[in-house]
Order: sequence, then C-alpha cells, then structure tokens
Amino acid sequence: MKNELIKPQGLVQKTDRRNFLKMGAFSAAGAGLLLMGCDDDEDMMPPMSGKVSLGSGDVGILNYAYALEQLEAAFYAEVMMGGYFANASAEEKIVLGDLEKHERAHREFFKVALGSNAIADLEVDFSAIDFSNRTSVLGAAKTFEDLGVAAYNGAGQYLESADLLLVAGKIVSVEARHAAAIRDLINPNSVDFAGDDLIDANGLERTLNFEQVLTAASAYVKTEIDFSQLPS
Amino acid sequence: MNLIKLLDSICPDTENKEQEDRFYSRREAFRQFGDLSKKLALAAVPLSILNSIPTVAKASTESLIDVLNYALTLEHLEYRYYQTGLDSGVIMSDERPIFQKIRDHELAHVNFLTEVIANVLNGTPVSEPSFDFTAGGNFMPFDDYPTFLALAQAFEDTGVRAYKGQAANVMESDVVLTAALSIHSVEARHASMVRRLRTKKGMDTVKGWITGNDIGTLPAAAAGIYAGEENISHAGVNVVNLTGIDQEAVSEGWDEPLTMEQTLGIAGLFLSTSN
Repeated sequence: MKNELIKPQGLVQKTDRRNFLKMGAFSAAGAGLLLMGCDDDEDMMPPMSGKVSLGSGDVGILNYAYALEQLEAAFYAEVMMGGYFANASAEEKIVLGDLEKHERAHREFFKVALGSNAIADLEVDFSAIDFSNRTSVLGAAKTFEDLGVAAYNGAGQYLESADLLLVAGKIVSVEARHAAAIRDLINPNSVDFAGDDLIDANGLERTLNFEQVLTAASAYVKTEIDFSQLPS
Repeated sequence: MNLIKLLDSICPDTENKEQEDRFYSRREAFRQFGDLSKKLALAAVPLSILNSIPTVAKASTESLIDVLNYALTLEHLEYRYYQTGLDSGVIMSDERPIFQKIRDHELAHVNFLTEVIANVLNGTPVSEPSFDFTAGGNFMPFDDYPTFLALAQAFEDTGVRAYKGQAANVMESDVVLTAALSIHSVEARHASMVRRLRTKKGMDTVKGWITGNDIGTLPAAAAGIYAGEENISHAGVNVVNLTGIDQEAVSEGWDEPLTMEQTLGIAGLFLSTSN
C-alpha cells in the first residue's frame, strides 16, 4: 500500500498485523515474521516533493516522534503569545510555561539526534484554536498531550534499538504527567487525570497506531506526512 | 488492549513449543536476519528457514516472567497501600474519588499481570507480600494525611522509574512491551496528580514533573527515588547546551529509569520483616 498520505486522502484502511494473523494464510508464527520485515519492500517510488516522508525503521519512528514534538512545541509557542496566557492564573502560567520549554527541548533533541535524517519543519495550522480563550487552549493542550502519550505507547514496539526505546520511555512519562496536569486544570480534583476515556478495565492506557495519530494531528498540520515506510 | 486480544496475539496458533519460541524471539531474529527476511517475505517461508532462527525464547519467556513478577510486586505494594488508606479514613472525603480511581488502576494492574504471568506465560505469579507501610515505625501514613500523600508520591514516582527501567528487558515481546508502556503512562498520570495535589494543599512546592533530583518536603529517605533525575544528557546530547533552556526545565522534560536493584532497595523499606 503506497502513498498513505494523511492529506488529502484521509483515512486509508490498513490491514494490521492482528488481522493478518487471523487471515491464516501462513502459520501465525510465520506471519508475524513475514510482516516485520516487509516495511522496505515498497520503497521503490521516488520521494514526492512538497511532502515529508518519515522514513523507515528506527529513523522513521524517531521522525514520527519529532513530528509530534514539532506540533506540540509550535502549539505552546503560540500559547505563550496569546491572550489567554497573558491573563492566566499564576499556576496555569507555570504549567504552560513549563510545557513550552519541555516540548521545545524534546523537539530540538530529536532534530539533532536525527541529524541529516530529520524531516523538514512542518507547517502548522492552529486556526481552529482560539488562543485568547482558556477552554480552547486547554482543550487543545489536552488533545495534544493525550495524543502524544498514545502515540509513544503505540510506537514503542516498533523500535529495534533498546537505547532509543529508553529515550522514548523517558519522554512518554513526562507527556503523561503533562496530560494529567492539563486535565486537572480543566476539571480540578476530579478523576479525569487518568479518566476512563483513556484507561481500560485492565488499567492500561490506550495506544494509537501511526495512522490514527497522524490523522488526528492532520487537523493541525498542513504539511503532508508520508508514513508508508514506517514499520508495521 | 483487552486481555482476550492479548492472549490471542501473544499465543499464536502454533503447532509446537518451538514455533511459539520463535514468535517470542522474532525481534531478535530480525536483528540477525537483516535484509534477507524482506526478500523471503515475498514467498512462503520454507520451514528450513524458520528452523534456522535461533531459539532464544525459553530463556526469554522466563526472563519476561521475572520482569512481570517484579512489576507485580510493586503493584501489590501500591494496591495494598491505597486500599489500606481508603479503609483507614485518613483521606479527605473530597479527595477519596482520586484515590479510589488510583486504587482501581493498581488492582487492575495486579489482576492483569497475574493473569499474564499465569495464563499467557505459564509462570507462577508472586503472591502478595506482607507490607509495613510505617517502614519500621518511621511513618504513620494511615494516621496522617500529609504523610499518606507523601508516600503516595514516592510510590508513584518509583513505579514510573521502575517500569521505564524494564522496557528494554521486555522489548522482545511486542505485546508485553506495549502492555508495560500502557501501565507506565498510567503510573505517570498518578504521579503527576499526587504531586500537584500535595502542592495545591500547601504541603510542598513540587510540580507534576520532577525537577532535578529535588525531593521537596519528602523525608530524606526518599533521596534514592529521585537520584539521577537531574540528568540533562540523552543519547549523548546535552540538551541544556543544545537549547539554552534552563537546567531545571530540561531535567523535568525527561524521566529517568531505575534498575531492579535500586527499586527493590526502595520498596524493601516497606516489606514486613515477617516475609
């Protein structure tokens, strides 16, 4: 399956490995084996212009994280300049100011870690967010932070490098700390910090796959992101 | 992720133990196979190729069981702590729902890990140890709410670091890794909430994230829980030098792992001598 660009095609149904296992074409042990190595087989197309391609393997996963950190960093940079932040409570200024620094640090870290493999700067579109409005800003922050956690949780299994897995693990728990704090600002002293909308009956937080995450992110990103070479 | 899905995906419909072993060792196998696997993928894989994949899985299944039993021990500790706290009446009524929610998650983690160890990995789940949450008479968490909250923070931040420290040890099973990550972020949400609650109540000045290796107003014994959190270099990159962002904020942006030994050193303070 090629050209899985988020825009303009929107959702492209991918057969995930679970479904593949159910198809029974091969023994299940063989099927997992087969799919794991397939990700580079379709790379014969030349890169398309005007879009970014995340690439394959661990580089692809890091670029995926870098794309999300770019989005978060750009969002908080905008928050800092907006009317809501200017008049926010002292507590909220501390929280949002910290988040701006953390996400900017994450973004710059991934950029330098990826070196020449780093994707270009994404063009963001925050026109749906009213930066003078507390509800709008905190609602978007909640979306971004929860999305980041689910993205890292879903992507960890595809990393081959234990060192990179640890780096991702160091970041994802901070994203979860952010998410809980933002949720508590929205609905103080409630159980929303780890709400049933995210945590299932086994106490496990949701994970989202590449397509789900990038589709959600695409509402705020103009640049087309090709993730077709990511591991699956 | 529900348990049925987990069972379904972790226990492929294999014909024998060897195939199952290969399933678990897939990730390792790919490190060794490299590009060959991609070419093979286009055709049905001959059995001889499958047989050439190193069988590392029996040992690794045992190691998965060990790691999950370690996690289960911590979850037993957390669950028993919150359940005892709720039973004791020490928690302010307005804040009981928060700790009921956390208790529910810890109990779910206990049940989930027990199930995975016993019925997916065919191992023996550790039973709940006896705990002494006074740590030999040093703390009175069930009589004093600030102490209860302080120890809750200590346990949650320890839990986050403990899971993080084991990620690499379970990465050979995608399903176990993903489950562990999905518990890890829940513990981080708990930690953030408890930390901020303590500060909102005027008991501390900590934020939802860990600044340097600051223990805030926690007892000095908590130093080991935060040791190393001041790290500002990752994958060889000094992020303060890179970005010019202050050291405190950079340290907050990355959580650090604890080894099993470090974690058990902390948790061991709360094990009853009768164990």
